[in-house]
Amino acid sequence: MSDELRLAIASDVDIVHAREKGRELAAAHGFTLGDQTVIATAISEVARNILLYARRGEVRIRPATDTGRDGLVVIAEDHGPGIRDIAQALQDGFSTSGGLGLGLPGARRLMDDFDLKSAPGQGTTVTMAKWKRSHG
Amino acid sequence: MEVPILKQGHYLIASIQSALTDADLSQLREALITRVGKYRARGVIVDVTALDVMDSFAVRTLRDIAHMARLRGSETVIVGIQPEVAFAMVQLGLSLKGISTALDLEEGLAFLDAKARERV
Repeated sequence: MSDELRLAIASDVDIVHAREKGRELAAAHGFTLGDQTVIATAISEVARNILLYARRGEVRIRPATDTGRDGLVVIAEDHGPGIRDIAQALQDGFSTSGGLGLGLPGARRLMDDFDLKSAPGQGTTVTMAKWKRSHG
Repeated sequence: MEVPILKQGHYLIASIQSALTDADLSQLREALITRVGKYRARGVIVDVTALDVMDSFAVRTLRDIAHMARLRGSETVIVGIQPEVAFAMVQLGLSLKGISTALDLEEGLAFLDAKARERV
């Protein structure tokens, strides 16, 4: 776990920093340029969600192994207002912030695994992973 | 990081040099819309070659720039979207529907010239 990156999110500069660090880690672990971009884009979306809804939080990125596959796990956690209706939050085009409403559903499409836990008043945790493909 | 905006003939060229924060993108939008009027620009080119990520905020801002510029009588072309960025954008569900794009700056200028000839 010494390889885990912990990145505080409290401003728009932190969003750029988090996705750049995520890309670096993905590159260091042999992800293709395409997958590096996909991971960086997903990090950008979940980090912006933290800033938009909770004002501050943390993104953690770490390498992982699952049944012989190597990958990267990204956890975005905040202690903000939480999400009342998770199914709705994962719908394309649904937004309470005036955005495009593509952040969470988009990040889910970009990554291989995606899990969203949230409780009103307690915060939100997004856990997502991208696995390296054995070919290409 | 402020994006340099060059005036070339009747066109404005915004050449993004590095990763942009949300505030930088909003600043670019304001600067372009003001300058379309100031320089009576007929076309705007936003060169995103240096962007290695285009997330939903970036796409929304580019869309806003194109729509606002059109309302001010100016045509916008987004040029230089990298192949990996295009791939991620499509997966994310982002499109630039209704907005002109071109492969690079040269193609973008050619597109605006063709549009200008149509108008005459």
